[in-house]
Amino acid sequence: MPAPIVHFENVRKTYQMGPVTVQALRGVTFEIHAGDYISIMGPSGCGKSTLLNLLGCLDRPTSGHYRLGGEDVSQMNDDALSAVRGARLGFVFQSYNLIQQLTVVENIEIPLYYQDRPEAQSRAMACRMAARVGLEQRLDHKPFELSGGQQQRVAIARALVNEPLVILADEPTGNLDSASGTEVMKLFDELHNQGKTLILVTHDPGVGQRAHRTLRLRDGEIESDVRR
Amino acid sequence: MSEDNFMVALGDAFRGLSFVRLKRAVRLGVRSLWLHRLRSLLTMLGIVFGVCSVIAMLAIGEGASYEAQESIKTLGSQNIILRSVKPPEEQKPSDKGNQSFVLQYGITYADVKRIRATIPGVTVVLPGRNIREYVWNISRRMDCELFGTVPWYPEMRNHRVAAGRFFTDNDMDEQRSVCVLGAEIAPALFPIDSPLGRHVRVGGNYYQVIGIMEPRTVVAAKDAGAEANKSSLPRLYIPLETAKLRYGEVLMRRRQGSFEAERVQLHEVTIKVETLENVLSVAEAIKEVLERNHKKKDYMIDIPLEMLRQAERTKQIFNIVLGSIAAISLLVGGIGIMNIMLASVTERTREIGIRRALGARRRDIIVQFLVETVILSGAGGALGVLLGVIIPFVVSYAAGMKTIITFWSPVLAFGISALVGIVFGIYPAIRAAQMDPVEALRHE
Repeated sequence: MPAPIVHFENVRKTYQMGPVTVQALRGVTFEIHAGDYISIMGPSGCGKSTLLNLLGCLDRPTSGHYRLGGEDVSQMNDDALSAVRGARLGFVFQSYNLIQQLTVVENIEIPLYYQDRPEAQSRAMACRMAARVGLEQRLDHKPFELSGGQQQRVAIARALVNEPLVILADEPTGNLDSASGTEVMKLFDELHNQGKTLILVTHDPGVGQRAHRTLRLRDGEIESDVRR
Repeated sequence: MSEDNFMVALGDAFRGLSFVRLKRAVRLGVRSLWLHRLRSLLTMLGIVFGVCSVIAMLAIGEGASYEAQESIKTLGSQNIILRSVKPPEEQKPSDKGNQSFVLQYGITYADVKRIRATIPGVTVVLPGRNIREYVWNISRRMDCELFGTVPWYPEMRNHRVAAGRFFTDNDMDEQRSVCVLGAEIAPALFPIDSPLGRHVRVGGNYYQVIGIMEPRTVVAAKDAGAEANKSSLPRLYIPLETAKLRYGEVLMRRRQGSFEAERVQLHEVTIKVETLENVLSVAEAIKEVLERNHKKKDYMIDIPLEMLRQAERTKQIFNIVLGSIAAISLLVGGIGIMNIMLASVTERTREIGIRRALGARRRDIIVQFLVETVILSGAGGALGVLLGVIIPFVVSYAAGMKTIITFWSPVLAFGISALVGIVFGIYPAIRAAQMDPVEALRHE
């Protein structure tokens, strides 16, 4: 079996909220392999968001190790983490998080922008990704001119453009009506079929069920790890 | 992506700011400023006015001081000018037993002789007598000052002859009745034809016009102090010897019911010092000589060089004052920019979070905001320079004032405005970069 892409080893995260110490994650250990399609579920306050922030290298664990693609990122400095985010991770947010003053294609280009790719190359890659999510007709539109589903597809294209090791999606259908939600989930299925590694954080069981593996969190610990 | 590629990407991320990134950052900055055109423009205005007022004021000040300096220079910086002044306590001839009511004061021929004999470094002495008279051409009359002087006057006082010639030693020796008109007199008395070769009447005597002087600015009227009134009269130049012959040494002046006479040998003496360095010491020596021989202070010493130095000092002070005003206005402009940038950072928290999540380093965020501030202040500075160059032209056209834009003032003003952009941009940019990406993404 090849080395896991994501390896969490007894990861703890505590926050200091004034005098109170909050233990958001109390020693989490799991592995994710290339091509996995995982959903992380659990009631609110269970540590989902914390786990997602750690997975996305937006935050560092208090203790324990997180290896991404074989490299320990748990104690990296800010610049190195930025580079990791830019090169190895793709983010899809609940509220799309597109930059409003940029066009569709410019939004898709952002991850490449911070990797000093030649502009023509970035533009070509961005256009390819837009075509892949079915938005090749909308390249020069601004986000507010698109529907929610379309905006989320732009966000997915943006998450794909840097060919990340892992795509992290945080409630990707949370702001969408069921039709667009289904559409977006279909897109995720396709990506999975193409061999992408997907991590979905959700509390929608319908969404969670589509994944082939579900991690359930409760009170900062893994409650169950079910494969289908 | 292979391991190697990732290391390369990491290496790139650690590398300093590349030119490509900077270029993109500038384009991005221009775009986001353009998005808020009105706000950007208003923010810029502080810098625009600061820069433009500095340049315009400096240009006007420079022009004014240039004019003052030029007019002082026409006096000749190697010259020392002695003038006779009526001593204040003898404004009226004393009537207590004085055998004559002729008031005697001023610089004498003996003074000139003494100065020449005792003070080294004095090359040429130019004596002059002023007599106030009406000058006539048939029925045209003008209130003038007859100025009896010597043939080397034009050379010594940097006052050239515009037409004809100045009188010569020969004219002087033979006490000829010739005259040279001041620039203002010629058109007033001879409005149609050339006055050269014609005659003017002064009192009972006719003088042939042999030349016309070039116009000159009123000789630093302010600095010349008491002489301001006299020197504003147009002058008619005649040989000194001729003046002596015609008028003697006693001047009569009739006023309503009273009669006044004064004896003044020389009204004005210009002394040329050999070298510029000696001017002040020679002036000091002359002062001593005169003090010893005059009981009352019936003379005045003007030293153009000293006036020039004073003018330069005044200009320096003026520049310092202007500099502080400029500094304050640019400071105010800078604070305005900083205020707006802080607001902009808060407003764009979400964008900052997104960019950070997608791989922007702190440095990239700093550059993004700093570039915006520098563009704002740089554009403001450029606009200010443009206005600051135009305004002096308008002023000199509309108000007839001389203005001079020195090369360094726009450069300096622009440089300072760009510096203001950096200084006041750094804090908002750092605030933006220090945001926690998780918090920033959650920001509404």
